[in-house]
Amino acid sequence: MRAARLRLSGLFWRHPWAKALLLLAPPLLAFALVYLAALVALFVSSFWSVNPFTTEIQHIWNLDNYRTLWDSSAYRSIALRTIGIAAGVTLTDALLAFPLGYFMARIAGGRSRAFIFVAVLLPLWSSYLIRVYIWRLILDQNGVLNWTLRKVGLPAANIGYSNWAVWLVFTYVWLPFMILPVYGALERIPESYIEASRDLGASALTTFRRVILPLALPGVVAGSIFTFSLTLGDYVTPLLAGGASSQFIGNVVYQSVGVSNNVPFAAAFAAVPLAVMGVYLLLARRLGAFEAM
Amino acid sequence: MTRIRRLHVLVAVFAAALCVPAAGVSSGNGLPTTIGPGEGQLNLVAWEGYTQPQWVKPFVKATGCQVHAKYAGSSDEMVTLMRQGGGSQYDMVSASGDASLRLIYGKDVQPVNPNLIPDFKNFIPALKSPPHNTINGVHYGISLQWGPNTLLYNTTKVKPAPSSWASIYSAQFKGKVTVPDNPIQIADAALYLSKAKPSLGITDPYELNSTQFNAAIALLKQQKPLIKKYWALASDEIDLFKNGDAVIGASWPYQTNTLIAAKVPVKDEIPKEGATGWADTWMLSAHAKHPNCAYKWLAWVSTPKVQAQQAIYFGETPANPKACPIMDQLSKGSAAQYHCGASAAYFNSIKFWKTPIAACGNGKNDCMDYTKWQQAWTQLKG
Repeated sequence: MRAARLRLSGLFWRHPWAKALLLLAPPLLAFALVYLAALVALFVSSFWSVNPFTTEIQHIWNLDNYRTLWDSSAYRSIALRTIGIAAGVTLTDALLAFPLGYFMARIAGGRSRAFIFVAVLLPLWSSYLIRVYIWRLILDQNGVLNWTLRKVGLPAANIGYSNWAVWLVFTYVWLPFMILPVYGALERIPESYIEASRDLGASALTTFRRVILPLALPGVVAGSIFTFSLTLGDYVTPLLAGGASSQFIGNVVYQSVGVSNNVPFAAAFAAVPLAVMGVYLLLARRLGAFEAM
Repeated sequence: MTRIRRLHVLVAVFAAALCVPAAGVSSGNGLPTTIGPGEGQLNLVAWEGYTQPQWVKPFVKATGCQVHAKYAGSSDEMVTLMRQGGGSQYDMVSASGDASLRLIYGKDVQPVNPNLIPDFKNFIPALKSPPHNTINGVHYGISLQWGPNTLLYNTTKVKPAPSSWASIYSAQFKGKVTVPDNPIQIADAALYLSKAKPSLGITDPYELNSTQFNAAIALLKQQKPLIKKYWALASDEIDLFKNGDAVIGASWPYQTNTLIAAKVPVKDEIPKEGATGWADTWMLSAHAKHPNCAYKWLAWVSTPKVQAQQAIYFGETPANPKACPIMDQLSKGSAAQYHCGASAAYFNSIKFWKTPIAACGNGKNDCMDYTKWQQAWTQLKG
């Protein structure tokens, strides 16, 4: 037994790549088999079609699904709506997260920083569905928002079950994912940089614009990866909080797979956010997001 | 070449024993002739409101079959659920007429023996062997209940009471209308057009050629700006009416009953153009893991008492007319309200859901099949 163990450790010492392979093999295999294989299977099935009556998948190679997506204005508008709201949510989250992250990183003392941390993370402990339903209640015709507006004397806002509601809910739900990378990036800026900038005669605004913002940008981009990709793939919030014209790519995929069993078409449409995210990640890498994460 | 040992003999005997059919299986055509002992579990795919504790608890107590129900919001969902996991994940499905044929032709369900269901002989004739669950005399399920798709409205906000489906297509209630998120809604538009635009010549709202189909889609496109939300689950519509986000819409009697119980002032009706409807069948999965419990369930839900309970809870009509007097006992006047034991004429006036196929029923094959309905619906919602 001891001889075998010695032989094995000698082998690993002589061939370090074998040790690396052994360590990496389980996670790589899991990644390849579970994640990549699923993606490949999905992509391959997008070139097949479905029998109209029995709705069983027929392995006939064709480009019909992609042609339908390209030709139809409805699917184009669904894709544009998804990307548009994802971009809007990213923008709003960045605008909201930056001041809070700045306060947490540079102004708050130890105790209050810990408290704000907990406050930011606490919603993540509750169910995602509960948070969406709560916002549905708030934005309802007789919900908290309209009640407050009526008390103040303003007309009722009719934003329940609409794209505005979807945008609001997404902004709220993904905010912690934006706050944390922004906080991380801002915290890493050495105080000496700010002092040096002031010594050189820069005003507070110039210091912010030319020192703090460029150094914090990677953090913002890192957070934006979360908000953008999570919004791009979501279908629950548009279903629950959306209105008559709030379909996302995810909703069409869900209906095509889970309801009408048209997996090839769903796969074709699912390739769209994949492509968009691929481009986005390339841009994000350029802007240094992966160092900030 | 080893000797034949005792172990080999035991293995061979065991293998042979597995080939002997279990008790109660196999008459000549493969249908069971008796209901065997329960397997202890039953997995159902059902509409919301079909598996209430009121009649499930006594069933579990009597048979020991633990009931697990998965609610589906549409027939499409039901078809997909029955195909999941190689078809063995669920034992039974309460399929409506627009899913049942798809399940039969997709070989997802197996024939059942109606002689094992004592109350089957009492069913109304129209539901003993209806075309949506019986093919060439082979029964692929047992009819359960049937009901209409109604026009639901808030009595305080919608005055006077609407008499036509036109009220959900007119701008009068813009932004406060809700209809089901289901491609089969196109048939409702077609039904309205069959009376509002007779020149189109629509006789069957599920058999539409391209002109008729495009007219229905055009009407629905016109309706879109009026819609607050397309409801996917019955509970969605209930929330919409409760919160005042919708005041009129297409619905099922289940929503009416739930809203009235929640003290929301609503009423439902069947407008003058008539209505589409659904006739549900409990079907047995081709790969059901618990067939004996399934047969016990079929027998249970066909009894007059359970038929009456379910009919009153959901607001539908039993297939077993012996339930009518019990309905009146449980809730006075309910038998007439839900047309229990109604005449064949009334039954025939409802255009029941069925899967649209290319064959038009008049020899031609130019009708829109269901895939086109689904695509058109997704594109309509945009």
